[in-house]
Amino acid sequence: MSALLPEEFAALEPFAGKWCLATEQERYGTRLASTTEEMQEFYDAVVPRAEEAMAYLEGLPFDALPDDATNLLHLLYSMIQVSFPVEVWRQPRVPDSGSSSFDCVIEPVP
Amino acid sequence: MPRFPKPPEGSWTEHYPELGTDPVSYEDSITPEFYEREKAAIFKRAWLNVGRVEQLPRKGSYFTKDVDAAHASIIVLRDREGQVRAFHNICRHRGNKLVWSDDPKQDTAGFCRQFTCKYHGWRYGLDGALTFIQQEGEFFDVDKSRYGLAPVHCDVWAGFIFVNFAREPEQSLREFLGPMVTALEGYPFEKQTARFAYSTTIHANWKLYMDAFAEFYHAPVLHAKQSPEKYSTAAQQAGFEAPHYQIDGPHRMVSTSGVRFWEMDSELVKPMEILTRSGLFGPWDAADLGEMPAGVNPAKCDPWGLDSFQLFPNFVILIWSQGWYLTYHYWPTSYNTHVFEGNVYFLPAANVRERIAQEMAAVTFKEFALQDSNTLEATQMMLETRYIDRFLLNDQEILCRHLHKVVGDWVDDHEGARK
Repeated sequence: MSALLPEEFAALEPFAGKWCLATEQERYGTRLASTTEEMQEFYDAVVPRAEEAMAYLEGLPFDALPDDATNLLHLLYSMIQVSFPVEVWRQPRVPDSGSSSFDCVIEPVP
Repeated sequence: MPRFPKPPEGSWTEHYPELGTDPVSYEDSITPEFYEREKAAIFKRAWLNVGRVEQLPRKGSYFTKDVDAAHASIIVLRDREGQVRAFHNICRHRGNKLVWSDDPKQDTAGFCRQFTCKYHGWRYGLDGALTFIQQEGEFFDVDKSRYGLAPVHCDVWAGFIFVNFAREPEQSLREFLGPMVTALEGYPFEKQTARFAYSTTIHANWKLYMDAFAEFYHAPVLHAKQSPEKYSTAAQQAGFEAPHYQIDGPHRMVSTSGVRFWEMDSELVKPMEILTRSGLFGPWDAADLGEMPAGVNPAKCDPWGLDSFQLFPNFVILIWSQGWYLTYHYWPTSYNTHVFEGNVYFLPAANVRERIAQEMAAVTFKEFALQDSNTLEATQMMLETRYIDRFLLNDQEILCRHLHKVVGDWVDDHEGARK
């Protein structure tokens, strides 16, 4: 299978299939369907590389990112998404949110 | 001692004596009967915001909007002259909903040169005129000029599209908005086109969610766990005080003071906030929106955090000092349900770091909003038990008091006028 991420970020490839997701709905859904341990593992792998990833992406035209760079950006969006269960909640959902939803229906691309 | 000076009367609430200081009733939020009265007295009389002009980018752009509280479904469009107009979404032939796709209960949007009814093919121009009747000769002397789409009063302020379902609105849109709101003119809403839109159905009366976002007294408690313990402990000990409240006619606003997270010790902020240089208050590196109009941060609070303008009846514009804004809409669907729509607007990101900061702000907004919406169903359930009928409101909850007062006043005025 061909790589999803730029080769400089090959170490993050094991997380790419699950977390390179283009929409908030997919990222939030994957968060709710994951365990805190799974998200902690992803968070621990991606956070130390995040500054380098942003610097890499800054070197490319933002309005014409190649596919692998767009995947890397989506991986960073997922990092932000999982940071709440990992840094704050220690569970996938916002506590007491019961059946509440708050669906994202429009978001900027990329 | 208050951290911020209060008006000479001693409190914000007493500065507006018509509000009183007594415990309040939420009888206006728990019965189907009162919702019917609100529909007639408020949602069929007030100017309602249904969107922004950016949703109609060119001639022929349209969107539909169901407004249950006015018992209406409308088409909002940009006509051949570039004018924004609104019509009832009903075919003059047999009453079919004219514009819908797949599910007539869902709103839709698109672009067209004319509207064609799915049922018998009657066609209408972008000016609402009936232009074609299938087998016209089978009808009986039809004067097509008398059967155009039924117009809805529609006007635009600062790029926000408003409609009014009254036969003749009692006030123009500008008169309705009044000086406090129109003083926002010049704020660059139109430049902030990077949009995150959220929607959810809330099992509570629309006013209870308005109340939830109309006071920040709850913030250090309900949202305590969003922040590192050291920060939330200090925030809870300090409590919340706003430096400024203002009421103008049926509308109201609050300014809050700013927090310079980027100057704080790293124990007080979350690692992801440091990494993305962003959080609840928005990107730490403020967007440059140029000079602000006088209506923004009207009391010149420094440091300033945000202004939340609550436009009667169901529309909120929340302007952040960091150079972005939110809108909230609360669309009642029954006395104890409503659809909440939240929109987050930024300048289009010029680079990856700006976009990452926007993502962090938008995701954080959702985390907080999920907490805010959680309490509502629980409140609605218990209010409906009716064992308690009077509730205390403090001075930081002045805007909740004002909303329920204005709702009552509008219902009384309308019903008094009919007697």
